[in-house]
Amino acid sequence: MWQRETFKKIKQIPREEHVLPGTALCAGCGGLEALRLAAKVLGDHVVYVNAAGCFTMLAAYPYTSFKGSWLYTTMGSAPAGAQGVRDALDVLIAKGKLPKSEDVKVVVLGGDGSTYDMALSSTSGALHRKLDFYYICYDNEAYGNTGMQLSPATPYAARTATSPCSVQHPAATAQEKKNIFEIWRAHRPPYIATVAPRYPLDLEEKFARAAAFTGPKMFLALSACPTGWVYDPGETPEVAKLAVETGLWPLKEAINGVVTHTYIPKRKPVEAYLKLQGRFRHLFEPTVHTDAIRHIQERVDAYWQQVTKEQA
Amino acid sequence: MDSQMMTGNLAAAWGARLADVDYIPAFPITPQTEIVEALAKWCARGEVAARFVSMDSEHSMMTAAGAAEVAGARVFTATSSQGLLHAFEVLYSISGWRAPLVLVNVSRALAAPITLESDHNDVLAARDAGFLQIHAETCQEVLDSILMAYRIAEDERIMLPVIVNLDGFTLSFTREPVSLPDPEMVRRFLPPFRPSHLGFTASSAQALGVAVIGGTSYAYFRHQVHLAARNALEVHGEAAESFHALFGRRYDLVEGYRLEDADDVLVMTNAGASKGKAAVDAARTQGKRVGLLRLRVIRPWPAEAIRQALRGRRGVAVLDQNLAPGQGGILYQEVAACLYHEPARPRALCSFIGGLGGQNLSAGEFHAIVEQTAEAGVAGSGLGPVLLYSAEEHREMTQLQMLAGGHA
Repeated sequence: MWQRETFKKIKQIPREEHVLPGTALCAGCGGLEALRLAAKVLGDHVVYVNAAGCFTMLAAYPYTSFKGSWLYTTMGSAPAGAQGVRDALDVLIAKGKLPKSEDVKVVVLGGDGSTYDMALSSTSGALHRKLDFYYICYDNEAYGNTGMQLSPATPYAARTATSPCSVQHPAATAQEKKNIFEIWRAHRPPYIATVAPRYPLDLEEKFARAAAFTGPKMFLALSACPTGWVYDPGETPEVAKLAVETGLWPLKEAINGVVTHTYIPKRKPVEAYLKLQGRFRHLFEPTVHTDAIRHIQERVDAYWQQVTKEQA
Repeated sequence: MDSQMMTGNLAAAWGARLADVDYIPAFPITPQTEIVEALAKWCARGEVAARFVSMDSEHSMMTAAGAAEVAGARVFTATSSQGLLHAFEVLYSISGWRAPLVLVNVSRALAAPITLESDHNDVLAARDAGFLQIHAETCQEVLDSILMAYRIAEDERIMLPVIVNLDGFTLSFTREPVSLPDPEMVRRFLPPFRPSHLGFTASSAQALGVAVIGGTSYAYFRHQVHLAARNALEVHGEAAESFHALFGRRYDLVEGYRLEDADDVLVMTNAGASKGKAAVDAARTQGKRVGLLRLRVIRPWPAEAIRQALRGRRGVAVLDQNLAPGQGGILYQEVAACLYHEPARPRALCSFIGGLGGQNLSAGEFHAIVEQTAEAGVAGSGLGPVLLYSAEEHREMTQLQMLAGGHA
């Protein structure tokens, strides 16, 4: 049974904020909430290496949301940017040109479009080279900054601007969500975790645990997205919670490849999650797509049956 | 000073070694690979105190290079052709970050059709990226230009990246005598990299490459890149002066060859200029007053030096080893533009396209270029773009087409 060691009570989460308020991001951004919580463990001695995406607007001249550093790279190579910064810091410290006390953590911030698609080679390279860095993917399951187009992170049956409902595809997106967790795990980094900001103690605990490892520390953060998923910004906590409680977003970690589920939901029916969001409305109106909903439920059930089998 | 026989590639590696670089992200590509192989070996043996990292692509390689440079390390890397284009968007980022790294490009023609030998469409595609560009003719110049490139790039008036270009095969794999500068004297020429406003540290944070909203900020920062690049005209002169004083070799923005009394002038770049110089010598033996102007620094564009060299000439031929389809020669356009306001501009400006993908430039073709340029100068009317293709090449190609069509 997985136990939190550092963060047992909500009061243990530091009150100090490291992502400053007043960003240009959408109201109710679930990804920003995940980052805000992550930064409470990461602190200010950080350089965020950013790929093109929603979070790029966190540093827009002449403002930045961070007391730490920021480097915007490209959409396809933020992990390579992290490689350059980490290597430079290591070399300068080794040569005595920079005191060790000046060292900073290197943290990639990329959305799912960058992470699942364009930066996959760059990420694979960084994992293969065992780069000592953090990677936070804020996963809102579509190319969000450009207005919600299909990405490989888009789940089956979600409607996006480029995977609309049609006679041929009445359930909208026909593909299943790419399993980036397993792609990462195949590289055997020391630490991988999925997180959801509605489970803050789970999230904080994972960042605290990751700090003990040298090498890639990979985080996949559920980023409920009112703008793209089409629900009221005030409902982000409920949507994020139901993603976990229906079993659609498993909370887990992998230490040197060994997977542990950190929270076992009782599993509400997936309808409870789907019904809240406009991107799934076509499954319920004007007619109910029973097959599509059943397919989603069966996929979740199969996933958790496998988890139970492996635990037994 | 002792000279050693070495290839252009090895001379490039020695340039990085003598510059005492901190970091070398690398990715193999022909004909550049020998450079990073040499550096990998030296780093592994501890002969170069740099971290060598094998990256997953040139796109990643250039990103890592720029990121390490803005974190405060002196960075060297190298590529060619498809690799340069694969990294293309990153080139603009690096100049925007004001990261003064040095990139060696070993010129190779671009696909399709895929090939290995040299022309300059790769490096000239990057002419608007905000990198300064130095194009070398000899192996010695490759090494020396890398040292000069760091000195210029890291000058606070510049803070821009530099590409040092050499021709694939004709220079990369050709051995020439190269004098290795004394490391202690190199340190005098090129002090350690101590940037005053770069670095990501715990006590001093910075946000770099941040988004801007609207053209006011965007234009401001890109204007800064342009103005800094223009500063390099002066800074290059200072570096050349200092280099000459220490090492006895002098490199200017452009190089004139037998220009003093020349009626007509060939304009060339890179290793091909050596062939051009031989053609000038041949024409001189026939009593023709011909000279050659080699463009060495391509960015910043040395407009004034070019005007001075070409002022009052009769015919000028720009021999472009590149092709802008639907336009012609890239350097021809730039030479023409900078002569427009020159009252004593040459009577004729001719454009020749040759040496694409390692295509041979024969003595006969040079002879024809010299003749036609002189005639154009007399007539006062320009010529071209002329696509050089000899009768021999035509015969060879016809045979290949017969084979391809199964008619042999």
